[in-house]
Amino acid sequence: MMDFGFKISPSSAINLDNADLSLYDELCKAEPDICKCMACGSCSAACPANRFSGMSVRKLIIDLQRGKKKEAVKMLSDCMLCGKCTMVCPRGINTRHLILSICKLYKED
Amino acid sequence: MIYQGKQKIWADYQKEIPDDHWFYVRSCIRQNFFPGAEKMFLEICRNVLHKDFYETENHTTCGGIAYHCDTIPQETVMTIVARQFALMTEAGYENYVASCITSFGNYIEILETWNEFPELETRIREMLWKACRREFKKPKYVAHASDLIYKYRNLIAEKARYRLINRNTGEPLKVVEHIGCHYSKMFPSKGVGGAEYPYVLCGMIESWGGNVIDYPERRHCCGYGFRQYHVKANRGYSISNTHKKFESMEPYHPDMIITNCPGCPYFMDRWQYAIAEMEGKTYGENGYGIPVFTYEEVAGLVLGYDPWDLGLQLHQVAVEPLLDKIGIEYDPAAKYEGLDHKDLLRPELPGVLRCC
Repeated sequence: MMDFGFKISPSSAINLDNADLSLYDELCKAEPDICKCMACGSCSAACPANRFSGMSVRKLIIDLQRGKKKEAVKMLSDCMLCGKCTMVCPRGINTRHLILSICKLYKED
Repeated sequence: MIYQGKQKIWADYQKEIPDDHWFYVRSCIRQNFFPGAEKMFLEICRNVLHKDFYETENHTTCGGIAYHCDTIPQETVMTIVARQFALMTEAGYENYVASCITSFGNYIEILETWNEFPELETRIREMLWKACRREFKKPKYVAHASDLIYKYRNLIAEKARYRLINRNTGEPLKVVEHIGCHYSKMFPSKGVGGAEYPYVLCGMIESWGGNVIDYPERRHCCGYGFRQYHVKANRGYSISNTHKKFESMEPYHPDMIITNCPGCPYFMDRWQYAIAEMEGKTYGENGYGIPVFTYEEVAGLVLGYDPWDLGLQLHQVAVEPLLDKIGIEYDPAAKYEGLDHKDLLRPELPGVLRCC
């Protein structure tokens, strides 16, 4: 193959038709509040671990909605369960409880 | 929603395009990439539709490439553009049509900036006077050349010799339309159909018999993006963009791509060769690529002009399979014959991408 001095980066496109969302559907039943999230990012801004590890509940929820399980589970290991995200959520979502439910469902998997 | 309601909403996305008397400015790069396109635009407008189009050899670049590459400030671009407007004023025209999408976006951006900051316009007028003793009136209408072909699309369809139909199956051709980003993404009200529903190329395709393909990355950039290409270290971004688009359109098996921007047809055409060489992948049938055209070239084809007079031999992706599909007559032996039967020499064939 010819080398032009630059490369093609892998596409970041996500095909939702092929994504396995069965666990996310289960999560929605267990934690219906997740549907209230408007991705404002207050949780990420308040997260003390965010600056050091990139932990972000907003990103976590988006990853789950897109079927990106591996990335979500990896991010969960950075959470200290301090609960600051719960305190700042403008939609009143109990994000700490949500994270525990995600741990139960996804880590078993 | 009731039909009248829909029509009312759609009316907000329309653009007023005068029928005649235009001052035409060319693109810096199109004549090198697709040399027949601009000539064909003037040929169709002047000799087929008998419209008044004026152009002057004194016009220069609009400065758009340097502006978008961050190498000159906006005041400089404004003074260059002011000089173009002065040429239009001197020629006695009020309607300004640009061949290039970036120029079009540039003119609109400058006119809108002057509306918001009139003191800047005064300064530019002063700078232009000091630089070359010229004065100008702002154009009454600014259009992109594709707006005019869109306006004349039904007149062209009436005179057309061919339609965008597969002559073997009788089915309409599957056509991908790609709108240049600077057409309506910056100022949606200035493009036909706005940023959400740009209809300028769809209208042409539908009038000339083709079927428009809707695919996920339809509104994605072609990959040119100025700094993404002009800085060599960034070229990976450029080709990755184009690759993403082709991967997205591939399942719909498009027969051809029509674009209205100088950069888009070039990059979508040439990057197919680079992708084939880098990944061994081609997107057309039987190892060919998907041919990419400018809207003027397609207008010329349906009107029955010789494909080699349209400059189609300078495309990287072979156009012959598509010409055969439509049933357009051409002489394969004349492909690399220039004016007065001058031999243009044959290019080296690529290793992976099949070419005729």
